[in-house]
Amino acid sequence: MSKLFSDENKAAFTSPLNLNNPITVQVLGICSALAVTSQLKPAIVMGLSVTVITAFSNVIISLLRKTIPNRIRIIVQLVVVAALVTIVSQLLKAYVYDVSVQLSVYVGLIITNCILMGRLEAFAMQNGPWPSFLDGIGNGLGYAAILIIVGFVREFFGFGTLLGYNVIPESWYVSNGGWYQNNGMMVMPAMSLIIVGCVIWAHRSINKEEK
Amino acid sequence: MKLNTNSNVYTVCYAAVMVVIVAFLLAFVASSLKETQDANVENDTKGQILTALGYDKVIDVAALYAEKVQDNVFANGKLKAYEGSFNTTYGSLIKNGELHVFIATTANGEQAYVIPVVGRGLWGGLWGYIAVNEAKDKVLGTYFYHESETAGLGARISEKWFQDQFIGKPIFDQDGNVVLTVVKAGAAHLENEVDGVTGATLTSNGVAAMVKDGFTVYKAFFLEDAFKPEAMRSCSEDDKPEVVVCSSTEDESETTNVEQ
Repeated sequence: MSKLFSDENKAAFTSPLNLNNPITVQVLGICSALAVTSQLKPAIVMGLSVTVITAFSNVIISLLRKTIPNRIRIIVQLVVVAALVTIVSQLLKAYVYDVSVQLSVYVGLIITNCILMGRLEAFAMQNGPWPSFLDGIGNGLGYAAILIIVGFVREFFGFGTLLGYNVIPESWYVSNGGWYQNNGMMVMPAMSLIIVGCVIWAHRSINKEEK
Repeated sequence: MKLNTNSNVYTVCYAAVMVVIVAFLLAFVASSLKETQDANVENDTKGQILTALGYDKVIDVAALYAEKVQDNVFANGKLKAYEGSFNTTYGSLIKNGELHVFIATTANGEQAYVIPVVGRGLWGGLWGYIAVNEAKDKVLGTYFYHESETAGLGARISEKWFQDQFIGKPIFDQDGNVVLTVVKAGAAHLENEVDGVTGATLTSNGVAAMVKDGFTVYKAFFLEDAFKPEAMRSCSEDDKPEVVVCSSTEDESETTNVEQ
């Protein structure tokens, strides 16, 4: 048991949550961070899906790592990821149809997410299955955390809601004689880039000492 | 023995074996799950039609559908009960002129006609079902969905607030043109306008085009009786001699002549 949670393995799991965050430090997965963060719910769903898929594709690649020919390793990684995502989405479609309808838009985004390829190439190709699994979970959650922060800010200021529920009283709105108006800028994809930029800024100034 | 994983032979064999295994795996999963998936899709499609009719959170979709909805095909000015197996996509059927009309009872107990509509959004297909009242002039409810619109933006056309905006909207103007449309978010002031989704103008335009095309295809059905008397009245009021102008199909002008 102690071996399973050695310091090294713990680091594989915790460092992507903060010091080696996939979005703010490795700058991976930015495109999907822009695409799905206009509201909180898709951000959470996408974060969880990427976590699961990264973890399992990391394990598979890590098991195969000694057999994979070096020159076609990227192709092998891509095939594994694409096959895994497709099989999972087929299973969901057969047994939990509602969930699969919710996730259908994300499937393409998950396959092309650079976090997956980045972690497979940088970690799973050199490490055993268990550390790779932890690394996948850690990176997925690190990614999800940033998505949720951006999704929270954009949905709150852009729509005045959180997870679809109104949080700003109706009477505050200009249309009801109040003083408040939703910020339409937040809904635009460009705004998420700016928010990610702010998150990176905050993250770097907090961690200045530790690096 | 240690394999040389960098040799050409090994690389080619590895790729070939991998492709075969993955192809077999995918084919196996797809074919073994197809039946359950098709049943789910059929159930889901029926649920979509029921959503357009205002039924919320239905537990036994198939039973309620069988009770409340009747599948018909509109041809040569008449509705005929549809005999074949239930269709889950209507794009190609509409293109081939097989116009399905579902005669149904809404959640409020009203008689309604439901038509399927198909269109294109920003990234992929859109589809939906629109329930129209018995007089064929107002929308009673809608359901829209999409293949791959952006989550949180275009994908919001599948949300209730967007779909409910259509309820009670008029469909045709006096000349039989489709006037029901989707405009920029917050710009809907006229009776026939519906607010689009903020930040998803192209998807909103896609919905507007889908609604317009959908009703245009079904014009012969919608304008055959309920609407025509009004259209005729408007013509005679304006003292326009060409009655043909306000009737778009041959079918209509025939009746017009008879009545005159």
